[in-house]
Amino acid sequence: MAAAADSSPTASRRSEPNHGLRIFLIWLVVAVVADYLIWAVWGPHLPPGDMASAANGQQFDIKVMSVMAAPVVAFVLIYFGYALVVWRQREGDEEDGPALHGHTRIQATWITATSVIVLFLFAFGTYELTTAQGAGAGSGEGPSPIWKPNGVKPLQVQVIGQQWRFTYRYPQFGGFETTALMLPKGQWVEFHVTSLDVIHSFWAYQLGVKADANPGVDNVAFTKPTQTGQVTVRCAELCGLWHGAMFNYGHVVSPAAFASWAKSTQTQLVSVTKILPPYATTYDPTVIPNINKAMAKSGITGANGYYYPPQDPEQP
Amino acid sequence: MSLPVRIATLVAAFVAVVAGGAFLVIHYLLGGPPVENFTAVSAGQVNVTMQEDPQNTVTSKPDWVSYFIKSPTTSQWVHTTLFKVPAGTRVNMTILGYDGCTPLRNPLWSQVTGTTGNVAYVNGKPVSLINSWSGCNVGHTFSIPGIGLNVPMATPPLTANLCSASPCTAGPHTVVKFSFVTPKVAGDYIWHCRVPCGGGFLDGFGGPMQTIGFMTGNMEVVS
Repeated sequence: MAAAADSSPTASRRSEPNHGLRIFLIWLVVAVVADYLIWAVWGPHLPPGDMASAANGQQFDIKVMSVMAAPVVAFVLIYFGYALVVWRQREGDEEDGPALHGHTRIQATWITATSVIVLFLFAFGTYELTTAQGAGAGSGEGPSPIWKPNGVKPLQVQVIGQQWRFTYRYPQFGGFETTALMLPKGQWVEFHVTSLDVIHSFWAYQLGVKADANPGVDNVAFTKPTQTGQVTVRCAELCGLWHGAMFNYGHVVSPAAFASWAKSTQTQLVSVTKILPPYATTYDPTVIPNINKAMAKSGITGANGYYYPPQDPEQP
Repeated sequence: MSLPVRIATLVAAFVAVVAGGAFLVIHYLLGGPPVENFTAVSAGQVNVTMQEDPQNTVTSKPDWVSYFIKSPTTSQWVHTTLFKVPAGTRVNMTILGYDGCTPLRNPLWSQVTGTTGNVAYVNGKPVSLINSWSGCNVGHTFSIPGIGLNVPMATPPLTANLCSASPCTAGPHTVVKFSFVTPKVAGDYIWHCRVPCGGGFLDGFGGPMQTIGFMTGNMEVVS
């Protein structure tokens, strides 16, 4: 009788170790180590670096999300591994496993924990966008940005996308336009991104700025470069045959070097600046009022300042 | 399905896939315009001659504007926009402008940049800027963004009767000359026109503007 009682399922369950505690302890060690490594070792190297406020904010956000995701991933993998090792079917064991029953406390804990994580990330992301330091997190906020740096006068730089080149206009320096992107360290920059033809996307990687360049739209994005160095600018929107070649390198320099560059470039480009259209947040490239005068001078009328009007496209 | 039918189906499918792949390779990779070779250097420099035409009567797209390159070996005009030059060498460009005017979308490209002295010679006269918004006097540009080169192409008078058969051999045209030094680093440098001259396409930037062999191409620099 005693032997029969010892081999009963009740006795077997009584001798089982506390699997939950084991899994928890393993998970705790792995999660703490993983989070430390992510935060202290990997974190400083996460993209897009910390060359500007927006980039730094994005790097911090990715670190926070990684630190929160690592324990979840660790738990899933540890549970999976533990089940494979401890609960695997051994040779000669043909007995069914115990029946599964709902466990209200575990279910409630799971739902509560995941809800708290999701709600925290929602609140955290919103906070990061709205702070003065975040200022829209480097994304294009449209023509009327909600989040902007407080109490400062940013350097305005207009980014003009066109097949297949970005050009940059500096309205606070006489409105000169150049193919070079030069920015001062330590000063907020207000990018006004637009396009003269198709849709492009201004992606200044190390600055943490990515803003769509749409024709007829003024898309505003903020960042503050905090280190000097080179910035890679790429078009991030498929824009035609040479989209892959639409990139250039900008530079963040000291305020004194920037002031010197801006002054000399303004002087150097004075003749071409004179023939640029007056600075505006957007341009209509299909309307060139002056062309009427030139046509009329040559005896041609009726062009009305338009060329290739939108109502007359030949679609391939 | 019987075994022979299965085998026949498998073989047919295999042949179809191989044939399709071969067609793609031959048609798209090997079937492009020819490359004109200007690597024979004379006195440390090479001379490249091109022309831009208001139409293209030598292809199935006769209403597309196009560049042509004069072959250095046969002196014949070749419908291509691909050419090869040696690295670190002075290139003397001559471009015959047969096409009429279209204003630049961005007058920034009115500047001559990246050439020797940042100057081009239009019918013998040096210019560093051609304002296409004050007079309809620019037809196209020759731009190599990778080396910062941009030259607006001056046009014949607005009322001139333009050449109607390409490649043009007669008719009103401008002669634009400039020089530049090729990079020391070998590689492909794209070049294209910045004037929206794809007439009939949305905002003028389709068709020939997006097709190698017409208004864009490659300058292959070899060491």
